[in-house]
Amino acid sequence: MNSNQWKKGLLFISPLLVGFAVFTIYPVAASIWYSFCDYDVIRPTRFVGLANFAELAADERFIHSLWNTLAFTVLVVPLTMLTALVLAFLLNMKLRGQALYRTIFFLPSIVPLVASSVLWLWLLNPDYGLINMCLRPALDVVNALTGTHLTPPGWLVDPAWTKPALILMCLWGVGGSMIMYLAALGDVPVALYEAAEIDGASAWRKTWHITLPMISPVLFFTLIMGIIGAMQFFDQAWVMTPNGQPGDATLFYSLYLFANAFLYLRMGLASAQAWVLFVVIVIATIVVFRSTRRFVYYGGEGI
Amino acid sequence: MNRQSRAKALLGHAALVALSFAYVLPFAWLVTTSLQPDQERSVVPPAFIPAPSAGVEAIEKATGMHLAYEPTLIHYERGLTRVPVLCFFRNTVLVSALTVVGTILSSSLAAYGFSILRWRGRDAVFFIMLATMMLPRQVTMVPVFLIWRGLGLVDTFAPLVAPAFFGTPFFIFLFRQFFLTIPRDLVEAARMDGAGELRIWARIVMPLSTPAIAVVGLFAFLGAWNDFLGPLIYLAHQGRYTLSLGLAMFSTQYGTEFGQMMAVATLMTIPIIILFFLAQKTFIQGIKTSGMKM
Repeated sequence: MNSNQWKKGLLFISPLLVGFAVFTIYPVAASIWYSFCDYDVIRPTRFVGLANFAELAADERFIHSLWNTLAFTVLVVPLTMLTALVLAFLLNMKLRGQALYRTIFFLPSIVPLVASSVLWLWLLNPDYGLINMCLRPALDVVNALTGTHLTPPGWLVDPAWTKPALILMCLWGVGGSMIMYLAALGDVPVALYEAAEIDGASAWRKTWHITLPMISPVLFFTLIMGIIGAMQFFDQAWVMTPNGQPGDATLFYSLYLFANAFLYLRMGLASAQAWVLFVVIVIATIVVFRSTRRFVYYGGEGI
Repeated sequence: MNRQSRAKALLGHAALVALSFAYVLPFAWLVTTSLQPDQERSVVPPAFIPAPSAGVEAIEKATGMHLAYEPTLIHYERGLTRVPVLCFFRNTVLVSALTVVGTILSSSLAAYGFSILRWRGRDAVFFIMLATMMLPRQVTMVPVFLIWRGLGLVDTFAPLVAPAFFGTPFFIFLFRQFFLTIPRDLVEAARMDGAGELRIWARIVMPLSTPAIAVVGLFAFLGAWNDFLGPLIYLAHQGRYTLSLGLAMFSTQYGTEFGQMMAVATLMTIPIIILFFLAQKTFIQGIKTSGMKM
């Protein structure tokens, strides 16, 4: 009976086990091996020890791509979370027409990434894009009043403005986290607010001492997932700056990794790069986990 | 309603309207650019109304602003002749449909093994599988590519579709959460009647799980429809491109043809928007479960 149960269980998960072995376990092992090898797909693999890692450490473009990605992550994750939170707070007010507003804020997040990247490439066009079209008259007014000579930014063609440009686009697509926050806000027990009101708590104190702690698990979840996602930022950067940029301002980690693997066919080097990324993500996750966990409230259950 | 809460409601509405405007404008710009003749495009402020009429003209005269334009399908025609968008569309539908079928079958079977069946080591295996979700795709990308290359299947749909038939951890997780809510008595009763496990999966568990199937199907579909990295790595011939890859390549080749780019982007987005309005609840439900239960 017992071994029969075992057989049945394994039978049902057998496709998974096969897939797991072929698409996860073997690739992970192979990737570790390749990271110590030189392999260009044509000539046989050659063991080179730590040479790939040494090459990365000495490669300025690699270091630059890592900094680009970390800087982008540090900016984009809090800003997208804050935007999603503000939208969720507004949608949580008891007002008419909320279903319509919710749809409007949510829709951008399901637009295919390549389509939205192409759209933003056009919105951010320095000469004819809608954003600068709106900024120009506004800046003219400012210039006339203050005697300055401000001009709209070059966005994706100006290395100093690429990251703000990409972040702006990310703020448009925060609908997913917004829905999660909204659901969490709806789950906060009304009794807590009523008790606080009896005690004469201000709206600010209620937000700070009830709402935010009660939704902190979802905030924490989106923080971790946001960091992991931002560290792997790829699609939008590939589409919006296909030829790279002066100063490599949009050379993100995953772009450089992809180029090493599939343009220069340096499979070993790319594998080493992937493992460095993995380690960086793990360290970032642990740091964030340690430093924010005491602010996360799990309703007394503790996890 | 007292004065204070009325003021609050007014402020709330003001903020929501202003933000809605900001979130809708990119869509308006997308559609307008795709329908507008090139020469009308640099007019400031841009015209957003695609149908000139007497009423609009009267407002235009009064305000001196340019509001309406004569819509044209020229960008759609040119875009469609320049690159085989319909072919990309067919490819994307095929890849997405196969991914959905594969994901629902394999992930629900595995989830059945992780929830309805009881066997030693079950939960340990489940958590190991879940833990691998943390592994970035970049780590396995190179060896998996080399496997497909070794099999001679690069530049086919196999590398994009096949993995779905072996179960996806996240979707197995969603199915399992749902299966655990199915009353055990139902399953036990069927076993008493001599039904095999596959039969119970097909006749009892799956029919009771339509909400979970909808969520998994929808998100598997979106994942496949929007996937860019996969097609970028594996597909070489234009005839096999998916919409994501096709549009990205279009934009690198004809980067200044914004009208045509917006036309193709619109064609790619419309099915997803329609899907949203057909399955709004499933969308919202899926996002909530992915966020809440972790």
